[in-house]
Amino acid sequence: MKMMSGAAMVVEALKDVGVELVFGYPGGAVLDIYDALFAQDQVKHVLVRHEQAAAHMADGYARSTGKTGTVLVTSGPGATNTITGIATAYMDSIPMVILSGQVPSMHIGEDAFQETDMVGCSRPIVKHSFLVKKATDIPQAIAKAYYIANTGRPGPVVVDLPKDLVNIADEHPYVFPDDVTMRSYQPTLKGHNKQIKKAVEVLLSAKRPVMYVGGGAITAEADSRLIGLAEKLNLPVTCTLMGLGAFPGTHCQSLGMLGMHGTLEANKTMHNSDCILALGARFDDRVTNNVAKFCPNATIIHVDIDPTSISKTVNAHIPVVGSVDKVLDQLESHIGDIDEQQQKHKLSEWWEQIEQWRAKKCLNYAKGVDQIKPQEVIESLYKHTDGKAFVSSDVGQHQMFAALYYPFAKPRQWINSGGLGTMGFGLPAAMGVQFANPNAISAVVTGDGSIQMNIQELSTCLQYNLPIKVISLNNRALGMVRQWQDMIYKGRHSHSYMESMPDFVKLAEAYGHVGIRVNHPDELDDAMRECFSHTDRLVFMDIAVDQNEHVYPMQIKYGAMDDMRLSKTERT
Amino acid sequence: MKRIISVLMENAPGSLSRIVGLFSQRGYNVDSLCVAPTDDSSLSRLTIITHGDDKAIEQITKQVNKLIDVLRVVDLTENAHIERELMLIKVLTPTDAIRAEVKRNVDIFRARIVDVNASNYTIEITGTTEKLDAFADTMKQSAEIIESSRTGVCGLARGERALRVS
Repeated sequence: MKMMSGAAMVVEALKDVGVELVFGYPGGAVLDIYDALFAQDQVKHVLVRHEQAAAHMADGYARSTGKTGTVLVTSGPGATNTITGIATAYMDSIPMVILSGQVPSMHIGEDAFQETDMVGCSRPIVKHSFLVKKATDIPQAIAKAYYIANTGRPGPVVVDLPKDLVNIADEHPYVFPDDVTMRSYQPTLKGHNKQIKKAVEVLLSAKRPVMYVGGGAITAEADSRLIGLAEKLNLPVTCTLMGLGAFPGTHCQSLGMLGMHGTLEANKTMHNSDCILALGARFDDRVTNNVAKFCPNATIIHVDIDPTSISKTVNAHIPVVGSVDKVLDQLESHIGDIDEQQQKHKLSEWWEQIEQWRAKKCLNYAKGVDQIKPQEVIESLYKHTDGKAFVSSDVGQHQMFAALYYPFAKPRQWINSGGLGTMGFGLPAAMGVQFANPNAISAVVTGDGSIQMNIQELSTCLQYNLPIKVISLNNRALGMVRQWQDMIYKGRHSHSYMESMPDFVKLAEAYGHVGIRVNHPDELDDAMRECFSHTDRLVFMDIAVDQNEHVYPMQIKYGAMDDMRLSKTERT
Repeated sequence: MKRIISVLMENAPGSLSRIVGLFSQRGYNVDSLCVAPTDDSSLSRLTIITHGDDKAIEQITKQVNKLIDVLRVVDLTENAHIERELMLIKVLTPTDAIRAEVKRNVDIFRARIVDVNASNYTIEITGTTEKLDAFADTMKQSAEIIESSRTGVCGLARGERALRVS
């Protein structure tokens, strides 16, 4: 039996669960753990500039790989700074383990220096948490944390480690558990056969079916199965903001994104369908619009690994609890051999209808003459990255433009804070992506508002030579807020613009990077080419875009899915 | 509608706060909560009295079930069940007449006087919530209530159905 300190146990357990990379920031309560990290080089550590960014980096790392991201922070402010990052991961079901230092056990509850009840603070936004009570429990707590974080519906798990337990002067026996299964935690992976049978019956007899795909399909790595079933049954497919890439946006059966800023064809198809096959999606309010008017004629088959997601907002007629990949296998084998030509013929009328909606070309926009339109920037990004980049995004108009104008062909290519809508997510997430995929292009689409919420990480980028491409759509305003103020508040722009915008080019240069300013539509293509010619440098593209551009289509509040504005003057 | 949700969970530190937090976080009602370890000391059993429509109750049971420490959840109200609550109630008994009236009511309700003082009685009564409410109302009419404390409901399914780790 190996004898070691609690701090060494933390590092040893990380090795035993296969952790390669930790994003963190040292401080009093975790100095022993940092000392143990110093003594080895198997587990690499990334020193961030703010703990919130550490959580977003771990998040980007996890989203782009499917592996669990790891965060290490000190007690008190170190721990509480991660809260937004944890909530972001929780809302989007991202596997993450947060190791937080805690004041020594005997001082817990005394309002000691840098004490916060991290287990309590994080309780509503974690899948589970551990406050470790004995040093010998460390390996087990860490092993369980990783097991819980990345099984079932993934999510963040906090492990709070009091300082006395990790003291480098005290040695304890290290035993890594062989088995971490828990009697109280056994996620259901396979769908119930009776439900599968019912689902297949409804699906095969449907005249106007649609597949509605969410982030759960990406988590389950079900992309090839999705394509298989969609092609076999000739189904139209729409993805949620979180599901983009699960089914290729470039596929002829793809209708693009649905929901608040979804395409006309996606929302129309949903609204008029008679059967919705929902896969790993959760009928979020940004999808359904008014639930009372939601898809009135559809029989809903809802496949989700989390029973609480089923019938939470919209009632499912055929609930199937299970992971998307397993359930798709079951559906596939239950459907068996069918006449694909006949199936194609059966849905031909439906497809004709869909093509009419598509023909409206709802994503068309007037190209800028003097001013760059944000849509053009995304199209240019698509062109210059061959559609193959990892695109992380911040939150706001630019996020929606990226989701709509960059058709993602592969899962995990699109990294955004969908559920929580966290501004400041993009840059650190793109860094996590770049750490996990050193040879890939990691771009972040951001805006002048969002980028300033974690801009200090440009310093971390220099330290680790991350050649990220920052595509900042600078409209001198908080664009999405401004859009709502234009539409709902009669153009009263209450605190939605910034009068002291920094010179982002100089700022990028001050951090040691390349900055490029783009003002005119004619410069865009060349500037983008220059940007991607710097393969080993971070390039900050400060692109001045039209301040008055709105994101369309947009659902009309309290309406049905297909009640939409298509432009400033046109609605459905 | 009133529901009795029975929960079997790991008797681990912090488990209870997760349940209580879940109810407040998601806006569910808690009318009473009763919790203690079971015959198996590694497990705790909770009984939560809540109310809501079918959709809300379905979400509550699913959300509680989703907590990592929770092993089983059952809505006892769906089937035949036994529910009991215990109340201790202290009443002022300054005169013989009041003492006699209190004693009479205690007998009628099959309650017990568990502590006697010069000026007050403390009474223990077990039963359904409705019975305890009725007893408290009756007491109010015959004596002044000084204080009372109730455990909240605990319950078991009737017959062979049981909430246990298989």
